[in-house]
Amino acid sequence: MAIQTPERPKTALKEPTKRSRWTRTGARPRPTNAFELYSWYFFRVSGILLLVFALTHLVVMHLINNVEVINYDFVRQRWASPLWRTFDLLLLFLALTHGMNGVRTLIYDYVQSKGWRVFNISVLYIVGIFFLLIGAQVIITFNPNLPSLPAK
Amino acid sequence: MYRGQSGMWLWVFHRLTGVGILAFLFLHVADTYLVGLGPEYYNELVFLYKLWVFRLAEWLLVGAVLYHAINGIRVVLMDFWESGVERHTQLVFGTLGLFLLLWLPAGIFMLKDVKWFA
Repeated sequence: MAIQTPERPKTALKEPTKRSRWTRTGARPRPTNAFELYSWYFFRVSGILLLVFALTHLVVMHLINNVEVINYDFVRQRWASPLWRTFDLLLLFLALTHGMNGVRTLIYDYVQSKGWRVFNISVLYIVGIFFLLIGAQVIITFNPNLPSLPAK
Repeated sequence: MYRGQSGMWLWVFHRLTGVGILAFLFLHVADTYLVGLGPEYYNELVFLYKLWVFRLAEWLLVGAVLYHAINGIRVVLMDFWESGVERHTQLVFGTLGLFLLLWLPAGIFMLKDVKWFA
């Protein structure tokens, strides 16, 4: 990562052991810039939450059920429950923001020119917010009791 | 110490799977958006996902998510657990072992009814 990593203070140094292979410190260094440190924490916190949300989603939608049974009626029954809607909304938010933060890191790592960086970051935010909005819109406004639209 | 060794390759795959999952997430938000338009639109599209190519892709996607999740746990352990760096090798084998232990049986379970090349 293109993040500056300072030396740890001497007091935090652990005695090196035979097995240590990376650094002589107990854990890896962290970003010092405030925003990058928040981003760093956000990655880990959202990641741990996604362990619960994304893995539950995988088990329910891809193991217990699968694409053979998923159709409009399946989703309608699922979204009749406010719990599943809240679950899906949280999953959408966490997955998109976690992924966006990832792409942001990639842009800073691989795009060196300032102009292209600004351009890529702008596209990232626009696309990310757009998908967050349309995803949230369908989860929130879907009405499971409405008769379906007339066939084309 | 790091370059060219196991940690680097796990990191490379973490990035690749991350980008792949995000790409699918965009597609998945778009297809779910069709639910709001009605069954004619949504059912016509999810029909695609029932093709064997997509069933295989679905298993690969589950693999990407599982890998990203388990390797993510390893990263958090490396960052917060005092002995994380010391136990690097065990964590690498643990990551790969747990991943294969979950992904391969999931494949048997997910792909057993697929009509190949149909």
